[in-house]
Amino acid sequence: MIALLLRDLRLAMRAGGGFGLGLAFFLIVVTLVPFGVGPQGGLLATIAPGILWLGALLACLLSLDRILALDWEDGSLDLLATAPLPMEAVVSVKALAHWLTTGLPLVLATPVFGLLLSLPSKGYAPLLLSLLLGTPALSVIGTFGAALTVGLKRGGLLLSLLVLPLYVPTLIFGAEMARRGVDGLDYSTPLLMVAGITCGTIALLPFASAAVLRVNLR
Amino acid sequence: MNLNRLWEYANPKKFIETTDRVLPAVSVLAVLCLVVGLAWGFFFTPDDYRQGSTVKIIYIHVPSALMAINAWLMMLVTSLVWIVRRHHVSALAARAAAPVGMVMTVIALLTGAIWGQPMWGTWWAWDPRLTSFLILFLFYLGYIALWEAIENDDTAADLTSILCLVGSVFALLSRYAVNFWNQGLHQGASLSLDKEENVADVFYYPLLVAIAGFVLLFVALVLLRTRTEIRARRMRALLARERMG
Amino acid sequence: MSLEVNDLSIARGGVRVLEGVSFTLAPGRALVLRGPNGIGKTTLLRTVAGLQPPVSGTVEAEAESLVYAGHSDGIKATLSVAENLNFWAQVFGRKDISPALKAFDLAPLANRAAGMLSAGQKRRLGLARLLVTGRPVWVLDEPTVSLDREAVAMFAQVVGAHLAAGGSALLATHIELGLEGAETLELAPYRARAAEVDDFDEAFL
Repeated sequence: MIALLLRDLRLAMRAGGGFGLGLAFFLIVVTLVPFGVGPQGGLLATIAPGILWLGALLACLLSLDRILALDWEDGSLDLLATAPLPMEAVVSVKALAHWLTTGLPLVLATPVFGLLLSLPSKGYAPLLLSLLLGTPALSVIGTFGAALTVGLKRGGLLLSLLVLPLYVPTLIFGAEMARRGVDGLDYSTPLLMVAGITCGTIALLPFASAAVLRVNLR
Repeated sequence: MNLNRLWEYANPKKFIETTDRVLPAVSVLAVLCLVVGLAWGFFFTPDDYRQGSTVKIIYIHVPSALMAINAWLMMLVTSLVWIVRRHHVSALAARAAAPVGMVMTVIALLTGAIWGQPMWGTWWAWDPRLTSFLILFLFYLGYIALWEAIENDDTAADLTSILCLVGSVFALLSRYAVNFWNQGLHQGASLSLDKEENVADVFYYPLLVAIAGFVLLFVALVLLRTRTEIRARRMRALLARERMG
Repeated sequence: MSLEVNDLSIARGGVRVLEGVSFTLAPGRALVLRGPNGIGKTTLLRTVAGLQPPVSGTVEAEAESLVYAGHSDGIKATLSVAENLNFWAQVFGRKDISPALKAFDLAPLANRAAGMLSAGQKRRLGLARLLVTGRPVWVLDEPTVSLDREAVAMFAQVVGAHLAAGGSALLATHIELGLEGAETLELAPYRARAAEVDDFDEAFL
């Protein structure tokens, strides 16, 4: 399992691995928002948590089809399926690798982007915490979507259509937590909900992803 | 009665034979209930003292909203049957129900908007119920798109039923998330078993008839579409066999 | 450590292609599957490897004894030859990749990115993976595609050594490898007959 994780991380870092693409996309979204809504600091500060959450979500979505499609194309998935690794472990590791290469950098870059959107200073901690707790769920749910669409040519659009509704609860609680933090309200309830969703998806969804992947491989 | 006899109807041939007999009756009943329920509701009930005649849209709005959710529940059950017992008719019934459910969702959203304009002064509000239905619509879209995208029927059936299971959990989660996110202005449930909270009797009985009409309409449409799906499936199988020689 | 296939029926894309296939593969033996294109060799091998369920019949093999190599080699272009092999060795819980590199004459290429290899070299890398897995039963689908004559001889030698060491191999190939202890199974007699057309039942076919 560790070998698979290391391989995926190494592949992401090498040329053409797509590492940093999500980050660049995130930056562009954050840059474009003020052009769309106007440069007033007050307005930006109000919508900053939402924009940052949406940007992270879209950046995550952008890289989902890479999770499994590449391994599908070159036949690695067939070989992994016959290797002494349970499929559930394979999809979990894939999701973890995706989070480490996409989700975690997004979380780490958020303070800088928060600055660009004049996020109030008391909002940083809850925003970071909500993203840190929420983005793993995005990766795990995304892996499920990637497993569903892995056999399809041009599955990218379908993947978004399938995954985005599944992202709704995470987005709602995550952004709510960040917003309450900015407003200086108590955010323990959404925090618990985000953590709960993440734990639940990590625990259960790999079984669904593995089942789906087995169906797609046959 | 032996419960195992029930599974006989999962045989496509038996299913077609049975629905040959059942479908006309269900269709006639559906039309009858719809005509009676809607006509009664529209022409023979008084206007509400607060809402005026706009209240009459509930005879379409409430039944379609109910069926939008029930259709998904039915898909969930048939998906489970497919996963556990692998009856093709079950998977095809889920496939057949999805577009009907989606249209019901759209009807509920549209009638809601038409009613909301005079009552709330807006076509759309991000009220929990409205938002939940919009999300439900997205789930229907994804489910149908996945069916359409996959060529192999068995693979498609497997994948969509797992999506239906996972989607159901997330739809439920979304419902609670949305409630938490925005306490809305939608009124409470129009119907409940607790008689005290119900709408007045004058509106209640025609509404029940209209709901029965929508249920029957749904059953008739799903049966009809399942028959179509079975025959289309049969046709693809025959073509595949022909190619094989 | 033998592989036993009993009365196996398999389907491709919902259409039954082969039925009633039975054979036993004992240690030290190789079985070559023969048959025209489209008869279901690949499907049969994938079923034996456990990638897809059979329509009926059983495949019996000792747990964790099979290794499968299909049309694509599962090679990552941006990883070096050694990294590719090391990865598979680790997945199968083993360490030493040098015998595999040597057997397929890949040692000089060990540090080259796999994307820079020719088609034949890639194939050799794909086959070298079999050695690092350490599994006794090889299930190979057209292993000699894009190999030159020299590399085919290399491959035959490796399979021969594998058999001599008590391993076994199930292959689908059109090339005569000259393996000792190899039997041939002609698949044409097992071609599935079309079911009665008016048989409108559960399975549609």
